[in-house]
Amino acid sequence: MSLEESGVPTVAVHTDAFARLAQSVAYANGMPTTRQTYVPQPIVDKSPADLRAYVEGEDPISNRPFMQEVIEGLSHPLNDNDLNGMTFERMTPRLMDPNTEDNLQALFVENHWTDNLPIILPTEERVAAMLKGTSHSPDEIVGRLNPTAFREFWEFDVEKVAVNAVMAGAKPEYFPVILALAASGVSARSSSTNSFATISLVNGPIRNEIGMNDGIGVMGPYNHANSTIGRAHNLLSINLQGGSVPDDTYMGTLGNWYNYSSCFAEAEERSPWQPFHVQQGFKPTDSAVSVFFGGWYTQAGYGPRETWQEKMRRALAACEQNIAPIFVLDPIVARGFVELGFDTKEKLANWCSENALLPAREYWDDQWIQTLKYPLAVAGVEPFASRLKAKPDGLVSMYEPEDISIVVTGGETQGAWKMIAGEHRHGFTVSVDNWR
Amino acid sequence: MAEKITIHDPRGYPPKVTGKRLAPRLESLDGKVVFLVDCLFDNSEVFMEQVQLWFAENLPTVKIRNIKPRESWVDDPKMRATVEAEGDAAILGVGL
Repeated sequence: MSLEESGVPTVAVHTDAFARLAQSVAYANGMPTTRQTYVPQPIVDKSPADLRAYVEGEDPISNRPFMQEVIEGLSHPLNDNDLNGMTFERMTPRLMDPNTEDNLQALFVENHWTDNLPIILPTEERVAAMLKGTSHSPDEIVGRLNPTAFREFWEFDVEKVAVNAVMAGAKPEYFPVILALAASGVSARSSSTNSFATISLVNGPIRNEIGMNDGIGVMGPYNHANSTIGRAHNLLSINLQGGSVPDDTYMGTLGNWYNYSSCFAEAEERSPWQPFHVQQGFKPTDSAVSVFFGGWYTQAGYGPRETWQEKMRRALAACEQNIAPIFVLDPIVARGFVELGFDTKEKLANWCSENALLPAREYWDDQWIQTLKYPLAVAGVEPFASRLKAKPDGLVSMYEPEDISIVVTGGETQGAWKMIAGEHRHGFTVSVDNWR
Repeated sequence: MAEKITIHDPRGYPPKVTGKRLAPRLESLDGKVVFLVDCLFDNSEVFMEQVQLWFAENLPTVKIRNIKPRESWVDDPKMRATVEAEGDAAILGVGL
């Protein structure tokens, strides 16, 4: 669209699965008649002959020859609609028209404003009570969210976050954590075709103040604060970013159950290592919430037993090379690693980095590594450039040590661990205290 | 009859949509420089090669040039400046 604004006529080519999305993005960007053409989905894994057939075939949306659409898109004169552009305001009211509880529950589902489970209706009284959980003004802007990088940001204030926190069933004392999650700028409802979820981890005194679980069943539905804070992050992501609607603002092909709720606390008092937020520069007495983008693959194991290295190498190799894991350990496992000499999380992360190995040809034979990392490698950006230089059968490390996050939690009923897709980027740990 | 209640709207605030005009179209592609912008999605390079071959076989007077941004999903001002300075039109693909 920037090229069009600079006077260069353009035609964009998409696969037909993304037709509604492409049109929706063009509309929201004020260029609804931008020339879009379509070929069948998928492009990935298709041979040159297959793709030549796409080029010589029909646009599956217009049912006209694809190349004719392209040529005409660049050379047919503009019409009145093109020349008018489209400028308009979109308003969101503070309150809805009065209605019965049953009708409002149905309306929220119909409008895709929920996770399709019943919600607590955000009455004025309930929202006012939620707002007592923070000292911040209801009209203070908290941040901006969008479902994916190429969509427009929506803005929201403290009151809008409170509305979604009420809907999730959260208590006012959880509200600073929910505000910090909203302020992180990380959506829990990414539109990515990868069906990502965002997992959140709470550290510091707030865990105990609001009764979060870091024991038995920590990653399951066994604690009110864990469950409703995680749900609130998802509901606010849906509603404050402009939606999470399949085939429009959500394109995850398989979906992800972590999108219901995935929030947990670190068992700092039973961990032999530094708490996660302290690793990120916070003090132990600070309260903070960290977000991890992923929630896709999960590996699991026990131990560390005699063959722990073999097991861990297999698990690491089975992780996706594009998203490093959060390595979640029960305290029994963490103490076992200390006995093996891993007296810091950093030492264990270093071992994981050194042993998360793939043959180079497998590492590069991945659609997201090809899309996101290969261009960086070609541009000489490390560590991708070195990985690209490796011989096809040469082993390359999938992750740098700092890519791997280590968290201790769990009820000590078993020495269990999990590796879950979870990218933690700079700035993904946010102060909760700032939102009290 | 069930009681009616008033509740909050849960949605955030969308930005104002500001209409933008499309660039004037070309009268003909004959002799014009058309950039094929590979958006770097996996296999889009192969797709663009097929578009290039189609032009060579069907509209050989169109001057096709291939170009890529430095990184996926990130604006590349340098690449954009090249297309603006040296191109008459552009085909972008394959985006999701």
